[in-house]
Amino acid sequence: MGIIKTKGLVFEYIRRDEEGNVEGITRAVDEVDLDVKKGDFVAILGHNGSGKSTLAKHINAILYPTEGSVWVDGMDTTDEKELWNIRQEAGMVFQNPDNQIIGQVVEEDVGFGPENMGVPTEEIWERVEESLKAVGMYKYRKFSPNKLSGGQKQRVSIAGVIAMHPKCIILDEPTAMLDPNGRREVVRAVRALNDVEGITVLLITHYMEEIIHADKVFVMDKGKVAMQGTPREIFSQVEMLRQLRLDVPQVTLLAHELKKSGIDLPEGILTVEELTQELKRIYRQGEKAQVQ
Amino acid sequence: MSIILDHVNYVYGADTAMAVHALRDINLVIPDGQFIGLIGHTGSGKSTLVQHLNGLLRPTDGSIYFNGEDIHAQDYDKKKLRSKVGLVFQYPEHQLFEVDVFSDVCFGPRNLGLSRQETELRAYAALKQVGLEDDYFYQSPFDLSGGQKRRVAIAGVLAMKPDILILDEPTAGLDPKGRDEILDQIAKLKAETGITVILVSHSMEDVAKYVERIIVMNQGAVMYDDTPREVFQHYKELEAVGLAAPQVTYIMQALHESGIPVRTDATTITEASQEILRVMSDHRT
Amino acid sequence: MLRDITLGQYYQTESVIHKLDPRVKLIATVCFIISLFVVKSWIGYAVAAVFLAVVIRLSKVPFKFMVKGMKAIVFIMLITVVFNLFLTPGEVLFSVWKLRITREGLQQAVTMAVRLSFLIVGSSVMTLTTTPNSLTDAMEKLMKPLKVFKVPVHEVAMMMSIALRFIPILLEETDKIMKAQIARGADFESGNLIRKAKAMVPLLVPLFISAFRRANDLAMAMEARCYRGGEHRTKMKPLRYAGRDRIAYVVLTAYFAACIGIRIWL
Repeated sequence: MGIIKTKGLVFEYIRRDEEGNVEGITRAVDEVDLDVKKGDFVAILGHNGSGKSTLAKHINAILYPTEGSVWVDGMDTTDEKELWNIRQEAGMVFQNPDNQIIGQVVEEDVGFGPENMGVPTEEIWERVEESLKAVGMYKYRKFSPNKLSGGQKQRVSIAGVIAMHPKCIILDEPTAMLDPNGRREVVRAVRALNDVEGITVLLITHYMEEIIHADKVFVMDKGKVAMQGTPREIFSQVEMLRQLRLDVPQVTLLAHELKKSGIDLPEGILTVEELTQELKRIYRQGEKAQVQ
Repeated sequence: MSIILDHVNYVYGADTAMAVHALRDINLVIPDGQFIGLIGHTGSGKSTLVQHLNGLLRPTDGSIYFNGEDIHAQDYDKKKLRSKVGLVFQYPEHQLFEVDVFSDVCFGPRNLGLSRQETELRAYAALKQVGLEDDYFYQSPFDLSGGQKRRVAIAGVLAMKPDILILDEPTAGLDPKGRDEILDQIAKLKAETGITVILVSHSMEDVAKYVERIIVMNQGAVMYDDTPREVFQHYKELEAVGLAAPQVTYIMQALHESGIPVRTDATTITEASQEILRVMSDHRT
Repeated sequence: MLRDITLGQYYQTESVIHKLDPRVKLIATVCFIISLFVVKSWIGYAVAAVFLAVVIRLSKVPFKFMVKGMKAIVFIMLITVVFNLFLTPGEVLFSVWKLRITREGLQQAVTMAVRLSFLIVGSSVMTLTTTPNSLTDAMEKLMKPLKVFKVPVHEVAMMMSIALRFIPILLEETDKIMKAQIARGADFESGNLIRKAKAMVPLLVPLFISAFRRANDLAMAMEARCYRGGEHRTKMKPLRYAGRDRIAYVVLTAYFAACIGIRIWL
């Protein structure tokens, strides 16, 4: 069994009008089966309202399934005895950087999780130092969070989670409120965690360029898993992605257009280098044909 | 209906130790009916600049003229200026407060002292301009989706019938589809009414498709002010200040460097694809 | 601008006073304030003044920062002085029209002015040299005995420190919403009181909604990081008394004893 596993996960909530009468039931997550291997970098894509954030909140035992089950490292999230173990093993980073930083000084915020877990004082300091170094924020440890940029705040939030020594970390649209520089910073930090520290990463996003390096991608739509596969497999289905209201990197889109116009390119081109290589190859072939 | 900025400087906290020079010697002319992209990363001064255009901030030094009049002259009517230069802030849906969508949009025109009938006519027209369906008019704005809320907030400014519409990061936090929808709606509005539009953004890719002029801000100063085609040619300099040209620019540059004789000034995927196809077919025949 | 308001106004520098345990500073401040009401003679005030001057000197905070805190209450102070000056009955020194100034009145007024200004400067020494966070820590620790009476000491301290963290964020937000509504023609300045109050609705509704949203998000983020109240919790920066704190307590006791001595024998 993988580190995160869901089986037949369904989450429904009841909509009520102003008087509190039941208006209807919305199924936000619908029969989702997920299996994430230890050490993987998994991305979950989907537009706003596709159910991806609701799914994420189940893994940290903030929400509980209406039907089906969720296991974190073999622990059932509905098992009340394991609640704090689950929250420690599956750390969570949220969207709005301002609304998840508790401390008034960076280092104090990173220490908040270990404090709650009852870690001895000296060890808290060690953990704070290593976590801040892992996200490249150590020199800001004495700063007030209000003086940091959005990307820096998110990196502090990530450090706050790693200081709890989780086995996996779930990031719920951590870049949605950031500018391109901040987005790059955060994605780089997350990738380093996965590569260097071997922490399992579950990244939820709607930015396609952030998932190019993922091991596996799940695309969600209307609460269901609509597509799954490697980034290349996903990106080769441009029309499908468009239907699901998702963006495709310009280079993939251009390759797709060229292919439609009869140029012999493979599907699922992800980087500028790949496209240049392929076009160069075709161009040379044309040259040879001319000579002959 | 032009705006002229003449040697505008702005310093935050001028008389404290923490003074920040947010704008440096800005000279700009914004003529009637242009579609402009104002680009810069966070802290480049672009938000500070747009708050000068409707008189919310007063330059520490320099002058701003709207239709030839100095907007900081003694007897200048600021309220009227603000109705003519409509500014939609970032995350505008966070300012909605009324019990229903329609009343919220009425807030602006009512503040202008218009008659009830005129106010409601304008509100209705504005909601139509942002493409909101009638079914939503009497719902609480807080029950709408993110994209719909944002439309309502934009309508709230449009209802004041501005000559210039400035939108600060209108796509922030929206998903790709929501982003395209709102930008398409703005482009449609621009085409139908001929109003001047300034899109403030940190994404070149988003605005490249729509605008005819790009102003790039860096460290409080204007770095480039030209057509998208010309601005993107400086992609290396843009990169150095933390901005990126659209990916298309990089593709065309890379192809050119690898010996395929494509022109490098394509700004959209359609242009790029046509250019590559042209070169490829020329080559074969 | 709103964001210029800094609450607690901590002054960052290295000094003995800064390094003291916040509990010492909290208790010292309380003792100092009590001492101001204990002493009644000029010698007593002189001793208090010397004590305060030495502490200020040691704290390395420029004196003008101390006085800044007084600006806000200058008005209250004037009223107190004026009332005491004219309304205290006793031996008349001189009178203008119907107003009489008495010897007792003059004495009272001067005493009040001295007490009030010492009180303000004294407590601002504490806020200038102690971060709001360590202050809440000190309060939590000092009030711990109250737990026996079911006082939620940890929760109150946590609430205070979260409030301190969010005040600048909410102020900035207020500023932003205000500007946005001004851009829609709102007028927060002119008109009578009722109109002004009405004009606040477009400001307060969005502000409350945002505050609730933030509170909701924050609660979730805290839970996700294993927060479950004060139980099982360790401290990253536990309060521990050092040698200098003991010395400070000795000095404080000596000062307080001197004040009482002056009251009794002089």
